Amino acid sequence: MKHNLLSRKATCNSHGQDSSYFLGWEEYEKHPYDVVRNSTGIIQMGLAENQLSFDILEAWLAKNPDASMLKRGNVSVFKELALFQDYHGMPIFKDSLAEFMSEIRGNKVRFDPNKLVLTAGATSANETLLFCLADPGEAFLLPTPYYPGFDRDLKWRTGVEIIPIHCSSSNEFQITETAVEEAYRRAQKRNIKVKGVLITNPSNPLGTTVSRSELHMLLRFVAAKGIHLISDEIYSGTVFDSPAFVSISEAIMEIKDYNKILDQVHIVYSLSKDLGLPGFRVGAIYSDNNSVIAAATKMSSFGLVSSQTQHLLSAMLSDKKFTGKYIMENKKRLKERHDMLVLGLREARISCLNSNAGLFCWVDMRHLLSSKTIEGEIKLWKKILYEVGLNISPGSSCHCTEPGWFRVCFANISQETLELAMQRLKAFVNSGHRSGIQRKLIGNSKKLSLSKWVFGLSSSEGDSGR
Amino acid sequence: MGSGNEQHLLSKIATNNGHGENSSYFDGWKAYDCDPYHPTQNPQGVIQMGLAENQLSFDLVEEWLKKNPKASICTAEGISKFKDTAIFQDYHGLPAFRNAIAKFMEKVRRGRAKIDPERIVMSAGATGALEMIVFCLADPGDAFLVPTPYYPAFDRDLRWRTGAQLVPIVCESSNNFKITRVALESAYEKAQEANIKVKGLIITNPSNPLGTVLDRETLRSILGFINEKNIHLVCDEIYAATVFSHPPFIGISEMIEEDTKFNRDLIHVLYSLSKDMGFPGFRIGIVYSYNDVVVNCARKMSSFGLVSTQTQHLIALMLSDEEFMENITAENARRLAARHDLFTQGLARVGINCLKSNAGLFCWMDLRSLLKDATIEAEIALWHIIVNEVKLNVSPGSSFHCSEPGWFRVCFANMDDETMNVALQRIHTFVSQVNGAAQSSKKKHWQRSLRLSFPSLRFEDVTTTPGIMSPHSPLVHAPI
Repeated sequence: MKHNLLSRKATCNSHGQDSSYFLGWEEYEKHPYDVVRNSTGIIQMGLAENQLSFDILEAWLAKNPDASMLKRGNVSVFKELALFQDYHGMPIFKDSLAEFMSEIRGNKVRFDPNKLVLTAGATSANETLLFCLADPGEAFLLPTPYYPGFDRDLKWRTGVEIIPIHCSSSNEFQITETAVEEAYRRAQKRNIKVKGVLITNPSNPLGTTVSRSELHMLLRFVAAKGIHLISDEIYSGTVFDSPAFVSISEAIMEIKDYNKILDQVHIVYSLSKDLGLPGFRVGAIYSDNNSVIAAATKMSSFGLVSSQTQHLLSAMLSDKKFTGKYIMENKKRLKERHDMLVLGLREARISCLNSNAGLFCWVDMRHLLSSKTIEGEIKLWKKILYEVGLNISPGSSCHCTEPGWFRVCFANISQETLELAMQRLKAFVNSGHRSGIQRKLIGNSKKLSLSKWVFGLSSSEGDSGR
Repeated sequence: MGSGNEQHLLSKIATNNGHGENSSYFDGWKAYDCDPYHPTQNPQGVIQMGLAENQLSFDLVEEWLKKNPKASICTAEGISKFKDTAIFQDYHGLPAFRNAIAKFMEKVRRGRAKIDPERIVMSAGATGALEMIVFCLADPGDAFLVPTPYYPAFDRDLRWRTGAQLVPIVCESSNNFKITRVALESAYEKAQEANIKVKGLIITNPSNPLGTVLDRETLRSILGFINEKNIHLVCDEIYAATVFSHPPFIGISEMIEEDTKFNRDLIHVLYSLSKDMGFPGFRIGIVYSYNDVVVNCARKMSSFGLVSTQTQHLIALMLSDEEFMENITAENARRLAARHDLFTQGLARVGINCLKSNAGLFCWMDLRSLLKDATIEAEIALWHIIVNEVKLNVSPGSSFHCSEPGWFRVCFANMDDETMNVALQRIHTFVSQVNGAAQSSKKKHWQRSLRLSFPSLRFEDVTTTPGIMSPHSPLVHAPI
């Protein structure tokens, strides 16, 4: 097949899927850890999923058969749902989603359901917003490190560029005005028109909430430049510790002048992280800009939310007792799990960025690098993947400018698995990795060919052999 | 807010008319929205006949659902699957889902083609699926040839965000809108002359709005054409299971299995459960390509619109119940046939003909004889009368880019029998008044309208369309 017969999009690499982020995933798929069937397999710590609170969801479902049985008051609404394809979305669902978003923000802001656009996941929401706000060749500024999927979601089909705002560990990766201005100038030098800034708050991969002062700085910046600010707040319900989450929707209310830039500020939301329902594909765009809402609503035709799912979730989210309980309990569990990971890492003499949100930690392994370069980081990453048997995400895949940082997820595995992961890591570090001794790579064999120190550890601890 | 300034803040795509909603086509929707028919609450309201929905067999599905509580992952029977389903966001889709879709597609093709589940790529609806195919096959500025008349939203789906172009292949009633080799070549040459690079051809089979299936000869001719020009063929087969009488549906898959000289890398099929099963709300679109690179690319792109796993689960269970699917497909075809016959015979009784059709959820009605003259303006004038006076929302052929004024698409599967009868009654009344045995001022009024021009007041009422429907309009975006 001659490649010129297909589009450039089909034959280029902008989907980003050759990055290490996805390669680690693939490797995990080949040798996944299973407590019974593959106790020496790779433990998946590269997947930011929230699996901690399904029991609460399931309990609700058991008590509310109507919602799941496509009924309302014991009458089948199947036909109505099967036919419902209005891109304005189900009013009752948007109402409950808007209220849920408010609740997550401590009811400090109200969201107008008419300013919500439903999309098949945040992936679609982000792409749709970019299609609405930027032409091909124009750019958005993004603070690094950022979610690897943005390279695909924001750039691939839209033709929009990402210009990184460099953040560093010297100030805990906070977004400084200097860094933002510098990124903007870099774009100008390349004759690239900047259409906006996109932040993720709470941050992926940092797991930190963006501070009030950073938000105000960004609002001032976009006001001055006359550009957009997109706040991807899909982790807003995962803030388990202080400082409290400050949404852009709150920050913008705090200064009267910001009234003028309401049209320039947009929020992306999703139920994939907060509720742990990525399979259901529920994303949303929220904006005060009527033109954006109008255009995005029409575009949502390309990826609507299944009416079956809207029906189920509108019942769930309208149940305030449930949502209150869920939000609270979920945070509690996230905190516990986060603390477990931090402690486990500490025992391996590994520190991580102080974080209060998200489903992961931003872990500092700079001291384990054989060389302070991206190559050194990838070398370490591969060791951890193949020898320690942990799939974690190297900072370079998140465009971090400092080698040696890794994102490690903690909410998608069981407590026991997390403990095992920490043991493996501790053993790896204690084994004198610092001397840079080469370890045998596992390769494709499913047979046990881990370095004997890991195997030795397991059998002496008597855990993973079960 | 909404200062004039802000327009520059948005993209060209967001501010152009590529979404197509400013066309006069949407007037009918507006009229329906403001005054929807209801047998008891609003018996004088507008009857919706512009919506190609299949509402005939829900009773059978509901029965199946009652018997299969496991299909809902949230019931006691199904809940063990809840967590796994809710977490699953793999763009390959649930294996059970892909397998069930593949099996169903094979059934619909009467076992004459093998459908490989590994090639199935999903999308949240056929709308997204078609756009995705275009993103894979064409760069901005590249074009697709599309036979007229065609589904109005192709203008949006193929072009809006992709930047691709659409070049019509003009088909005519003189030969029942057949897609001839001459017409194909002519369209291709027109594109060449305008320096437009043609990347592919898109056919809808069974056809929307014609309701006809393509015969073997035409399919072979099309395959020959695309092979010769080395361009892609995208076959939109979303109405495949709505074929209710002879001749049978022949999928492109069957053709290329029969004849292996055609380059398979050029062949792509679009499918959905929105028409065949009547599930547009569940957003189940499928891209089936014979080209490995396209499958891979489309699969990655499908991240932008995956099918909800809650829905995948339900559909997997339903479609793999072969006995049920056998029954519902057969019964659905029977009901479509009955409804089609009821409607076409009712029309025939007042001298209105439709294109002979055996598929789809609509008829292609010939009202050329009622036109004052053979112009689009006359067609739109007649259409306004039908919408506002006869109170039927039908779709004017011009919105389907039909080259001949006077044709209208009328949907018959989105209502119950009683409503259908009311609609027929209204048509009878209208035609009798136009032909008018009785002398009446009403008759003169119709004649005046049709011969001279439409009543100007009525015209102004409805042609100024801002294209923005009420926020609670249930219908707008899918003028299918």
